[in-house]
Amino acid sequence: MISTSNLSKKYAGNQVLNIDVLDIPKGQSFGLVGNNGAGKTTYFSLLLDLIKPTTGYIKTNEITVGESEDWKPFTSAFIDESFLIGYLTPEEYFYFIGELRGQNKADVDTLVEQFSDFFHGEILGQKKYLRDLSKGNQKKVGIVAALIGNPEVVILDEPFANLDPTTQIRLKSIIKNLAEKQGVTVLVSSHDLLHVTDVCERIVVLEKGEIVKDLQTSEATLKELEAHFSN
Amino acid sequence: MITQFLKLEWKSFIRSASFGKSIGIKIFMGLFALYFIVMFLGAGLVLYPGLKKEFPNQEPVYILNSVLFYWILIDLVFRFFFQKLPVMVVKPLLTLPVKRNKIVNYVLGKSALSFFNFLPLFAIVPFSVTLLVKGYAVVSVISWVLAIVLVVLIINFLNFIIESFSAETDFSFLPVILITGGLYALNHFNIVSFNTIIGSGFNAIYNNPIYVIVPLLILMGLYFYNAKLLKKKLFLDSGLKEKVKEVNASNLEWTKNFGDIAPFLKLDLKLIWRNKRTKSSVWMLVMGLLYGLVFYPNPKYQEMEWFFVFIGVFSTGIFLINFGQFIPAWDSGYYKLLMTQNIKYEEYLKSKFTLMAISVCILFVLGIPYLFFGWKILFAHFAAAIYNVGVNTHVIMYGGSFNRKKINLSQKAAFNYQGTGAVQWLIGIPLLIFPLGLFGLFYYLTGFEIACVILAVLGIIGIVLHQKLMKIITNKYLQSKYKMIDAFNQDN
Repeated sequence: MISTSNLSKKYAGNQVLNIDVLDIPKGQSFGLVGNNGAGKTTYFSLLLDLIKPTTGYIKTNEITVGESEDWKPFTSAFIDESFLIGYLTPEEYFYFIGELRGQNKADVDTLVEQFSDFFHGEILGQKKYLRDLSKGNQKKVGIVAALIGNPEVVILDEPFANLDPTTQIRLKSIIKNLAEKQGVTVLVSSHDLLHVTDVCERIVVLEKGEIVKDLQTSEATLKELEAHFSN
Repeated sequence: MITQFLKLEWKSFIRSASFGKSIGIKIFMGLFALYFIVMFLGAGLVLYPGLKKEFPNQEPVYILNSVLFYWILIDLVFRFFFQKLPVMVVKPLLTLPVKRNKIVNYVLGKSALSFFNFLPLFAIVPFSVTLLVKGYAVVSVISWVLAIVLVVLIINFLNFIIESFSAETDFSFLPVILITGGLYALNHFNIVSFNTIIGSGFNAIYNNPIYVIVPLLILMGLYFYNAKLLKKKLFLDSGLKEKVKEVNASNLEWTKNFGDIAPFLKLDLKLIWRNKRTKSSVWMLVMGLLYGLVFYPNPKYQEMEWFFVFIGVFSTGIFLINFGQFIPAWDSGYYKLLMTQNIKYEEYLKSKFTLMAISVCILFVLGIPYLFFGWKILFAHFAAAIYNVGVNTHVIMYGGSFNRKKINLSQKAAFNYQGTGAVQWLIGIPLLIFPLGLFGLFYYLTGFEIACVILAVLGIIGIVLHQKLMKIITNKYLQSKYKMIDAFNQDN
């Protein structure tokens, strides 16, 4: 589904990302972990063509990101609050994204309906603008909006941060469900090793922009990760 | 501490993504300032001999005192539109051991050093030097100058109070117009003769320096009131609204008629209506529409046919200038989202174009009553409207691709009452001056009608080439995509 080759990104001669090969098959739930500055967000930004790679390229579905925009219809993401439009209500925001992704109101309503549990009654029908919601609730809106329009690739940067425990648990089941039942390729980054090992089939550890570990998740993975990050 | 503040500001200026642009603007503003300085200096030099010649029987100082009231009113209006309280990012300072009073005093003190406060001195100092040379009493002249300086500062701080109140309502410049207009009317119809009050007040100061204490007390009062207002804003939660207003969501179904661009059009309409900063550009429409009334009733301007086009471009294009100059910065807060969505850049831009074109048409139609002042005016407005739709819209959107400055819609910077000051009007200059120059040229060469037709033809060419121009503009935006994303990611 996603193949990365020779990808590197330099800022003023400073290498922040350098990935020779990274292939993510369709329907995999993929976790990216690493300390600050490891290159997680940089990789996601390259995947979404928000920044230009210094060398190499990423292909999703055989489409080279940066040369064509044909990856956009089946890719969606929530990176940070700058993906939200502050002066819309959550409903309006969902409909707007829906319209851009060729979904009518009824489609959007049905999809959003499934997440009423996740929203915990704090999002829909509140008559509030997104800018007036709390950080956590904003995040919920952004994550659900990234699921509109049956995307094949979903990219979530630090989805667990800022969420309350209940919502974290619900989010985990949503992500699992996406990958296992619907065959969606989910890319998640996190600082929380426990959550990532819970959710992801495969975990890649980045360090100073390079892949230092590539693990298929098993019982031992959490221990291994903890050992890795303690020194 | 103050040096620390100054250092912070200097860094935020030179390290911001829009640095190149800011410095260009600063140079331009500098030239403007120079122009005004020269004008005031000239006025100051000729004031005494001029008044002496015109009114040989009266004291020049008294004559000047008798018109001070009008100067105060004009200055207030000017400052409201062009002077802003210095902006400072205070949030990071709040938890540091910096006294709130210090921050407030720094901001207010800095505002006292504004160019607007020095400008009058360029006229006042040469005038008073002339007075001294002519042998007027030194104490009187000095206390008079002191009083003027105090009044300048009073206007300075009064302006910020007015601005802070208008920032809390949705009417933007309405309060200042009401206040100054009201004072002018009271004076004009002799209900309260402020003119005489202020005039005789200054005469009294001139004759008896002890009265300087009165403006000094007023100034102190205003300063402390300002400090109180600002201090209230220095809490984290003051940025948040106390009560979140209930939203009435409208779905704007009628936009469907516009086809592909409908989602963006809906978004733009909501953008305009739901943010204070954009909302004020709606009020600007009223001002633009009525702008002609400043000139047309005056028979003197009726003769200046070449000037009609200027008013035409301004009054039909005021929304275009106000809104258009911040494309695509209006969307800077969620630019990354737009860039990852399945959208066509062209549709996004076309929505903006449609909005601006419609605004021009509406403003032209609403301006049809200008026919009352002669068909030539309407004709010129018509040509100007076509020119606006065909040329200015494209120019301003092309210019937008150089936009690198983020606009933070949802979060107001502390003390930032309206967002933009004099800079906002700069971009209007090429949009207004170029058609005016072109029109003027053909007006003298071939006459009024042909000049109008030429302007209109330019507009029509623009409309005919719309698709092609949009392609060029879209490409330009695509080229600067990464740069824009990067710049809009920065907070400064």
